[in-house]
Amino acid sequence: MLNKKSLLLPLLGFALLGCGGDDNKDEMVTPVEPPAPAPMYSFEVTVSNLTYAQPLSPIGIALHKEGNFWQLGQTASVELETLAESGDNSGLLGLDIVNTSISDIAPLGPGNSISLTITTEDMMDAKLSLVSMMVNTNDGFSGLNAIDVSALEVGSQLNFKTRAYDSGTEANTEASGSIPGPADMGEGFNALRDDVDFVAVHPGVVSNDDGLTQSILSYAHKFDNPLMGVSITRIQ
Amino acid sequence: MKVSAITALGLITLGMQSAQAASLDIKITNLTQAIYYTPILIAAHSDENHLFESGMTASTELQMMAEGGNIAGLSSMLESYSADKVENPAQGLLAPAQSTMAMLETSEGNNMLSITAMMLPTNDGFVGLDSWKIPTEAGTYTILLNAYDAGTEANNELILEGSGAPGMLGIPAAPGMDTGMSGSSVTNEETNTMIHIHRGNLGDDDIEGGKSDLNNTVHRWLNPVAKVTVTVK
Repeated sequence: MLNKKSLLLPLLGFALLGCGGDDNKDEMVTPVEPPAPAPMYSFEVTVSNLTYAQPLSPIGIALHKEGNFWQLGQTASVELETLAESGDNSGLLGLDIVNTSISDIAPLGPGNSISLTITTEDMMDAKLSLVSMMVNTNDGFSGLNAIDVSALEVGSQLNFKTRAYDSGTEANTEASGSIPGPADMGEGFNALRDDVDFVAVHPGVVSNDDGLTQSILSYAHKFDNPLMGVSITRIQ
Repeated sequence: MKVSAITALGLITLGMQSAQAASLDIKITNLTQAIYYTPILIAAHSDENHLFESGMTASTELQMMAEGGNIAGLSSMLESYSADKVENPAQGLLAPAQSTMAMLETSEGNNMLSITAMMLPTNDGFVGLDSWKIPTEAGTYTILLNAYDAGTEANNELILEGSGAPGMLGIPAAPGMDTGMSGSSVTNEETNTMIHIHRGNLGDDDIEGGKSDLNNTVHRWLNPVAKVTVTVK
């Protein structure tokens, strides 16, 4: 009963004999269909700016399997420092740990929301990180740190409120020329590190109105936690 | 019938015991940029007892902790409650953005977790957790803690050596060595004498004068000020 083709596939042949299904033998040796395209997994991420007058730099979102964009108590990477001092997320989104990323093109104003969709072929161990700078600060940022989305079902949603962090890379002088946002239009990234040099929860801005004479900021730029509302929905 | 009924009762009792006594790994992280925590006190106690309650007057023992970082009084109080406790897991100050670990074995009935530590530099500010119900299901749980004011001392924001004694006005120490001096006092009264959410340090930008000895760009904070991760084993 064994033909030439089944000799090439001896294991399959034995399996078929075990089933006693001679009729199926021809089907087993027909050429296999080319593999279907890899499934795509998509997440819709909606971000709301909950502050009064702190525009958020263009929202950056990354999917990765390992690592963190920041760790509390640890020194900020230059990429994180760049984000926190200037709002430029390209360094963080370009890190080797990042498998796929997306960035908004414009800042997210107070009271506004934006939805971004990020898609991957690989859900295994997928973590989602999100970053943005509060641009009317010296080096304040907010976001999500390696949220595990690998088990999220289609149609399911995770909801978060984010905190304000301080990268610890630039002293919070609030001085004229030191803040890149519209309150000052001052300097962004500067490699000088003149603060505690570790990441912590942000102590808030003081402002000129609240006793910091040299501050370019006013009462309007003060904020409290939480900074953003974020929802992550798996849509595919 | 009688024997099996007793056996069943015994099994139920055993089940309840294993649900109530717990073995906990506790990690406490100081989330702030420039505030230090004095020796931390962690306690598991019954739902009838508290280390502190917001809206209530501070006990003398809590005042000792909140004004001077001394947990001896609260610790004795816990002994009288038959509470389970861990004292000073960080073996001294817990610096900004640093973490400490503790293991706590709780006895049956001690199903509430509380934590306190004074915040420096403040007059009578402390980080606190009041009676978080310890879950019976094994797992890892995260709790975010706020800063409280004991309501026992005016927040004058002046650094004065020896002011850690209860009732002695002033901030006893600033471990970060980053404060000013010769302030004129932010206030000399504390009109809310109940335990309340701390309104934060004011500080100023004058290191050799002004109202406060604290620096307004350094010694402020936003809540939450600590993160507690509890692993129920």
